[in-house]
Amino acid sequence: MKPKSIAVVGAAETTQMGKIPDVSVIGLHADAALNAMADCGLKPSDIDGVACAGISPVELAHYMGIVPTYADGTSVGGCSFMLHVRHAAAAINEGLCNTVLITHGESGRSRVGAGGFARSASSLMGQFEMPYGPMGPPTMFTIPVLRYLKARGYTVEDLAQVAVIQREWAALNPRASYKDPITVEDVLKSDMIAWPFTKLMCCLVTDGGGALILTSAERAKDFPQKPVYVLGTGESVETPMVSQMEDFTSSRAFRVSGKKAFTEAGISHADVDHLMIYDAFAHLPLYGLEDLGFCKPGEAAGFVRDRNTAIGGKLPLNTNGGGLSYMHSGMYGMYALQESVRQMRGIAPAQVPNAKISIAHGVGGMFAASGTIVFSNEAP
Amino acid sequence: MPPRMLPEPTPETRHFWEGCKAGELRLQRCTDCDGGSYFPPRPFCPKCGSRKVESYKASGQGVLWSYVINMRPRPDMGTEPYAIAVVKLAEGPQMMTNIVDCPQTPEALQLDMPVKVTFSKQSDDISLPFFQPAGA
Repeated sequence: MKPKSIAVVGAAETTQMGKIPDVSVIGLHADAALNAMADCGLKPSDIDGVACAGISPVELAHYMGIVPTYADGTSVGGCSFMLHVRHAAAAINEGLCNTVLITHGESGRSRVGAGGFARSASSLMGQFEMPYGPMGPPTMFTIPVLRYLKARGYTVEDLAQVAVIQREWAALNPRASYKDPITVEDVLKSDMIAWPFTKLMCCLVTDGGGALILTSAERAKDFPQKPVYVLGTGESVETPMVSQMEDFTSSRAFRVSGKKAFTEAGISHADVDHLMIYDAFAHLPLYGLEDLGFCKPGEAAGFVRDRNTAIGGKLPLNTNGGGLSYMHSGMYGMYALQESVRQMRGIAPAQVPNAKISIAHGVGGMFAASGTIVFSNEAP
Repeated sequence: MPPRMLPEPTPETRHFWEGCKAGELRLQRCTDCDGGSYFPPRPFCPKCGSRKVESYKASGQGVLWSYVINMRPRPDMGTEPYAIAVVKLAEGPQMMTNIVDCPQTPEALQLDMPVKVTFSKQSDDISLPFFQPAGA
């Protein structure tokens, strides 16, 4: 894409966050969408492009009263929204539409109007994984990790440290689900879910949503909020089956998506002031730091332990508290994007002083997919 | 206990499940390129795209590559914690499985330990390939 040709002009999360038993899935999409429209002073009739995952863009457009000339239903798991941003940038640049609304809403905890997660017994996952007893992400996303720890010389304490530092960030965020400080020992002593993963190494299960509105950089200057420009984007997919990942110590989708985003943006790692890495589980920030090239393989755990990603560190990471402590409705990528936008606007609860470039890096499925967005608050 | 979740073979995978029924672990390989063995089954080579592939009886040998021990058993899997494992086969491919004839503990389940295939009949159509410690 053409760097800085597109900007986020509207961004908002749902009015409530956490436990929302009185709003359905599509209601969460709509609440976030209305909040994002209010944020930038637009009405549904001003939107001509829609994108969402979990529900169909047809449902979204109809429910919101939007007549789109562009609809994107890309649904590759929790990073779908990074891909939506990327596709929206291409669509706006190509003239398919002018203003794109991207929404997410999920009743992960309360399950109000939520669909199932079932896989057909004749799918590849149904034939070659499900018979062996996996029960959702805590028993699947975690399968490569013992191999990763052994190959890198990392320990379970290194996994726990990720959760501890993210809790420190969450303490600064009034909307975070968990704010009380925890220690490495607390993490290791919490309930064992799927050895070696304890409960505090696993993300929350909450209700919520978020929405973004994008338009051309040229138009962005006329909106009330400070524009957040899209500098570079990347995406890739690898496998629907975690057992078939080609390398248990590194995500190919992370590497491909990250490299593409850095190249498009024309930036180096030293230029990055703020980073979000989708943390459904405590190992993901370690994989992300290595696969995006911020750390050499084997150095990510030490990088975290030395507080480089903590408050006051040189690479503030997951500053909203992340999926481990802030919220996780099921497809967390939208919240990583929202925090990047807040940091670029300068309004985050745990604001990184003078941050000019932020990266939001997402994962979909169990290392199945990835999307990376590089944001900047500096005008072209 | 509800019946165990079992695979539903498709035309592209039936040879694999027929093999399991016959006590053979069948992999596939390309006869057009040297892309090596692959899994899960499909009627073309994922390296070069050629449809000239063959199925063959694999050694059934491998090593324990990675795993978790699920402490909250799925209802159809009984009541005791069990390992969900990935085995790296001698021929190269990885496959998910359970490790049997072995305590389901971190002490007993050591990465890189040699394992061999064993088949467990689940129904008239389906035998699941499990792995056991190679010395067992």
